Formats: sequence, C-alpha cells, structure tokens
Amino acid sequence: MGELRIISRLAWRNLWRNHRRTLIMLAAIVVGVWAMIFMTALMRGMVDDMVKDGVSALPGHVQIHHPAFRDDPTISNVIAPPDGELLEMLGRPEVVAWATRVRVPAVVSSERDTRGVTLVGIEPERERGISFVADDVTEGRFLESRDDRGVVVGRKLVEKLETGLGKRIVIMSQDQENEIADRGFRIVGIFDSKLVQFEEGYVFGGEGTIQDLLGVGDAISEVAILGTDYRDVEGLRQMVVEAAGSEVEVLPWYELDSYLGSMLAVMDGFVFVWIVVVFLALSFGLVNTLVMAVFERVREIGLMLALGMTPRNILSQIVAEAILLLVIGLAIGNLAAWASIEPLKDGIDVSIVGEGMEYFGAASILYPALYLKDVVLANVIVIVLGFLASLSPAWRASRYDPIRAITKV
Amino acid sequence: MSNITFRLAWRNLWRRKRRTWLTVGAMVFSNILLVFMISLQIGMYGMMINNTLRAQTGHLQVQAPGYLDDHKIRQVVPDVQRLAEQLRQGLATDEVAARASTFALVSSADRSYGLQITGVEPDFETRVSSLPGLIKEGSFLSDAMAEEVVIGRVLARNLRVEVGDELTFIGSGLDGSFAAAVVTVVGIFESGMPDLDRLFAEVPLDFFQDTFAMGDSGHEIVIMAPGLIQVGATGSRVTALLPADEGLVVHDWDALLPGLKQAIQADFTSAWFMYGILIILVAFSVLNTQLMSVLERTKEFGIVMSLGVTPGRLGRLVLLETTLMATVGLVLGVVLGGALVLWLNYHGFSYPGMEEMSGKFNLPSRIYPQISAIGLLFGPMIILISSVAASLYPAVRLRWLEPVAAMRAA
Repeated sequence: MGELRIISRLAWRNLWRNHRRTLIMLAAIVVGVWAMIFMTALMRGMVDDMVKDGVSALPGHVQIHHPAFRDDPTISNVIAPPDGELLEMLGRPEVVAWATRVRVPAVVSSERDTRGVTLVGIEPERERGISFVADDVTEGRFLESRDDRGVVVGRKLVEKLETGLGKRIVIMSQDQENEIADRGFRIVGIFDSKLVQFEEGYVFGGEGTIQDLLGVGDAISEVAILGTDYRDVEGLRQMVVEAAGSEVEVLPWYELDSYLGSMLAVMDGFVFVWIVVVFLALSFGLVNTLVMAVFERVREIGLMLALGMTPRNILSQIVAEAILLLVIGLAIGNLAAWASIEPLKDGIDVSIVGEGMEYFGAASILYPALYLKDVVLANVIVIVLGFLASLSPAWRASRYDPIRAITKV
Repeated sequence: MSNITFRLAWRNLWRRKRRTWLTVGAMVFSNILLVFMISLQIGMYGMMINNTLRAQTGHLQVQAPGYLDDHKIRQVVPDVQRLAEQLRQGLATDEVAARASTFALVSSADRSYGLQITGVEPDFETRVSSLPGLIKEGSFLSDAMAEEVVIGRVLARNLRVEVGDELTFIGSGLDGSFAAAVVTVVGIFESGMPDLDRLFAEVPLDFFQDTFAMGDSGHEIVIMAPGLIQVGATGSRVTALLPADEGLVVHDWDALLPGLKQAIQADFTSAWFMYGILIILVAFSVLNTQLMSVLERTKEFGIVMSLGVTPGRLGRLVLLETTLMATVGLVLGVVLGGALVLWLNYHGFSYPGMEEMSGKFNLPSRIYPQISAIGLLFGPMIILISSVAASLYPAVRLRWLEPVAAMRAA
C-alpha cells in the first residue's frame, strides 16, 4: 500500500509541475464532461416530456383492443367491458388506473362549419387518473358521469367551428349496421392541450351516451391501463395478456405510438454516441499532454529506473497522473453540469420555435432531466477510455533503457 | 524573408512529430465529424422542405385573406382557373395549379370518414405536387370533369375500398346548400406521410366546383419557384401579377407551414451546440500544444531575439505554425470526410429507429447526403479559424519575453 501512496503522491506533484498545461487540459475535460451531461439532460428532458405527454394523451401504458381495431378503428371492432379475471387483475396494486373508452371517427358540425374528429366516449371518473382531458379543461366543466349528455371539445376546434361554450354541435358517426347515427350535443367544457392536434382532433363525451348513440350496448373500443412506470411495462403487459385471454390484442404504448417508441430507443443510442464522440475529441489532447509530460522527463525517468524503480512503477505513475487529471476534471465537470441544470429545473422556454417543437411532438417548454444512469455512463466512459488512452504513453515511458534515458540531452 | 518564416514554421512543426500529429488528429477527427454531420443536415433539411412542400403546400400560394387561418369554404379566390392561367403566362412556367378544398363526409359501402377533399387541375397538379407520382395502384385523375377520386393507402384500407369502387361525398356547398356526389376510386397513393395517407382525397377541380356550388372560384393557387432561394423573388412577381381590386394575398411556404422552418431551426440550434463543443475542445488542444511548444523554446527565442528578431515576428511564426498545422488538418479532414460523404451518397445512411421517425418528417428511411462546398468546407474552416485564434495567447505572450532572462531559462 505504501507503494500506491508514493505513486499517487508523485503523480499529484508531477501534475502541478507544469500547472499551465494541466489547467488547460483540465479546462478541456471540464467543458467536455459538462457538455456530455448537460446536452444529455436536455435531450432526455425533451423525450421524457414527449413520452409523458404522449402517454397521457390517451394511450396509457398498455391497451386492450379488438385485434382488428388498429387497422379499422370503427364501431364494428369492439370488445366486451372487462369482467371476471381481467376485472380482478385490474384491481391489483400494479395497476395505478384504468379506464374503458369507446372511440370512433366522427364528423362534427356547428352552424358555421364541419370537421372530422375522433369521438371518444369516456368514464369521467376513471379517465381523470389516466389522460390529460380532465386537468386541461380550462373553460366550463369536465364531464360528470358516463351518462353526461354534454361534450368536451378542444379550444382550436371551437375556434375552427366558430362555436363556443354552451352552444350546440351535431356529431355524426356510424352505428354497427353502418347506418349514420347523429345527435346534437351541448359543449359543456373546452380543453387546452400542449399539442394542437389534440385540440383540433378530439371530442370527448360520456361513454354511456356514446354507446347509446352508436347502439352498441355496453361494448367498448379499448381499455387503457396505467402502470407504475412507463419505462417498464412488459410485466404489466404480460399480466394483462394472461388475464384478458387470447381474443383481444394487448399492446404497450411504444407499439401503439411507434414514433414515440423509437424516439426513446434512439435517445439511448444518441446519449452513448454523444458521450463517446466528446471523449474522443478530448482524448487527443489527453494523450498529447501525457506524451509531453513523459518526453520532458526522460532523464528523470531513466534515473528512477536506474535507482531501482520497476517499469511497472513507472507505468502506474503515468497512468495515475492521467486518472488524477480525469477525476478532477470529472468532479468539476459534474458539478458544473449540475449547477447549470439546477436553475433550469423550471423549464426553458423555447416557444420561439414552438411550432417546430410540435413537429417533433414536443412541447415548447423544455425541462432538463438529469438521470443518475447518464451521469454514471459519462463518468465510466471517461475513466475507462481515459485509462486506455494513457496506456500507450505510459508503456513507452516504462520501456526506456535507463542508460540511454539518463544520457539523453 | 516570409519564405524563411514559412520554412522555419514548417520545420518547427516536425520537431515533435508525435505531438503535431496528435493535435492534427484532433482536428481531423472533428473535421470528419463536422463534414459528415453538416452534409447530412443540409441533405435532410433540403429533403424535409422539398418533400413536404411538394406533397402539400408548394412554395407559394395565392389565397383570399384569412383563408390561411380559418380555411372557410367562403374565403374564395374568384375565377381561380383563369387567374392561374394568367400566372402561368406571366411567370412563363407550368408549375402553377389551382385548387379548391373543403371538408366532407366520405362513405364507402360500409364505412364513413370525415376528411378534406381537394379539387385539383389534373393537367397542372402533376407539375406542382409529388402526389400524382406516388400513385401505387391505378392512375391519376384523367380530366377536369371526370367523376373520379384518388385517395391515400390508409384511407383506402379504412374505407375498405379498392381501385374501381365507388365512394359517396356528403358536405355543404359554398352557398350552404346540401352537396353530394358519387365518384369512382381511380388511384391509390402512398406518400409515407401518415396524415396525408389517412386524411386526403383529390378530385378534379371542375367536378369539385360543380358539386360544391363553387361556380368558377377556388381556394388556392399553388406556385413552385425554380428553387428555394428564388421563392422571395417569385413571390413579388406573383404579387405584381394579381388583380389589384380583389385583395388576394401571397403566402410563402414559411407562412403556410410555420412548423417546418421552426423544426429545422430547433434541430439546427441543438446541432450547433454540439459542434460548438467539439470546436472548443479542439481549440483547447491547440492552445495546449502551442503553449507548450512556445515554453520549451524559451531559451531559443531568447537567443534569436537578442540577435535582433522582433517579438512580433516570433508571434507571427507561432501563428504560422498553427495555421500550417490546421491546414494539414483541414485538408485531411475534408478529404476523408468528403470520402465518407461520397460513400454515403452512394450507399445511403440509416440508423435503427430512423424508419419510424422519418415518416413524421417526410423523409425516406435512408438518407443520401449530397456533397456540397458548404457541407465540406464550413465546419473545417471554423476549426481552422478557432485553432489560429487559440494560438493567439501563446503568440502574444512573446511580447513580454525578456531576451536575457529567456536565455538563462533552464
């Protein structure tokens, strides 16, 4: 152990013999590490938000459908509401919330205009825990029961239809016999959404009322289930599959919305590539610094070898210098990243490009998300690759022939 | 004299081969990365803009004021086909087409969907839009009065129809009257853009005007400029050609699809943050190398200064060394990066998950970046400039060098 102490003390002192060089290298490492973590937190925050919004925008974590529903989302492809084993399973603690819905394409008309929308019949009490609708009603009220005879409409759609709270609209869809089913509804609430496509494309009504309109009895289009964590839904899906039987299709959110799913997968790849790229850009400077440090000490290293230090000691000493430098850089870099992310916790307003962010499916306020696993990944990559990069100059130093090294001018 | 400085600088560089190569290596690495990324970006943005505009809005549109925001059937461009013809003659191009569109309920034998129906001029639509070329089954509309419709693949599946089947439209006309018609599906297109394939149907314009009681009016005239850069100029020519009394307005693609430009800006900003970091790291590397190379030559510099060489000239020597080094890095980076882009230009670039994402941005699942002067040189030039800027500090430091003290330095 004494050997280790001497080596690390030597490494530490050697580091500060040329403090300018060390400080410049340190600055480069700090900037690199800061950039790795800061950028990752921003991107993670954006994707997280997209997924959270996407999941709360209707899917839930897992959905049950009629197998043909996704290809042909009409009232012909409905399933019976949960009962027996499935109902029991939905009562387990793994399920945070669940709700049934009737979901059909429909046409809404005001006196002024007509639009195509998706009409969703919901159970207001259950829906509260799952999707955004209840929280985002900013004018009027949310639906009160599954037999509520009013509808809740997005603000943008209200504008397009030139209608308003309390006014009547006509909703037209198909019943199970392919006949046109239509009825007048009163707008009882208006919701705002981060994504315009929701404000424009969805109309929510009471599930019972919509079932009546379409003449489907108590049949439903989907069951949306919310688990504890959107990142880990496979277990939940398995449970639902077992309980729901083989006649229905059970899909996780990342298959329901493949764009969001692939976004999350691509993010993991991106984080890794970004950290490695920044490290590579750093590594040239790191190796260079070590090469210079070895080169200007050739005589000294020769002397140490002549006095009986083993090549291994020399090697460890140079590597120790590199690791010390990296550890200090990492410490400051991590701290700087944390210090710059912390004040941004309340969100960064990027509404200048808000409509562009919507293109990506993201909202116009960015909340950076600092994950321990990303920070660990960055630190591990820097230390491991840094160690590997320092081996070459250290190896060279340890192979010097003492006599030639001492006599070198 | 400058010849001597140049030769000195070049030789000084190779006194420490390994160090120089490592610094050049950092530059080459970043240059290749920048060439690759910027070329890819230019290619992607170009494709995003072109594919989106070709499939949907065109470069420019003439509309009635307010139509852009409200899309009401009553906000019309009167006598739209004659005006389109005037624009074709005035601009001496065929890439002008009139359209009209409204919302209707479309029903097949057993399904109904509400969607946007657009009336187009079959002869000219092919000039401004990529949709006619994307027809995978059947053909495009044959003539202006035909009772025909082309629809997207997803819509066809949802409606359960094939080429040859009939569809019924129900909607309301310009005067508020009930409008209905029966049309035959003649073509099914597949654009890869989910919204378009799911919610879009095209019928001939004259037939549309008949059905929806539009008379001879329409909603928009789509104009393609010769290229993205000429959009502004073409826009002002179009404005000059419009009849003065009708108050029509010209919108460019940025106004028609504000999200597109902003999406590019958002992506551009985050990309430049990353490039900035790379550039800073290279600059640090150069700063370190040059500072060391100056410090280890303190004695030598002391001697040449006492022989009458001015500190300014020594400073220029150091800057020249950096410039030479950065030029080597630039040339290698551009050559290797260019080779990479050329290879990708041939084989295409893709990454896992791109297929699902690219549809959202109207991109194919494989991208073929183009070789361009900007893509090749822009990034490497910035690296060169920032490298030279980084060596300013060691170069300027020489001003305070005392020859006598310097010569005594260990």
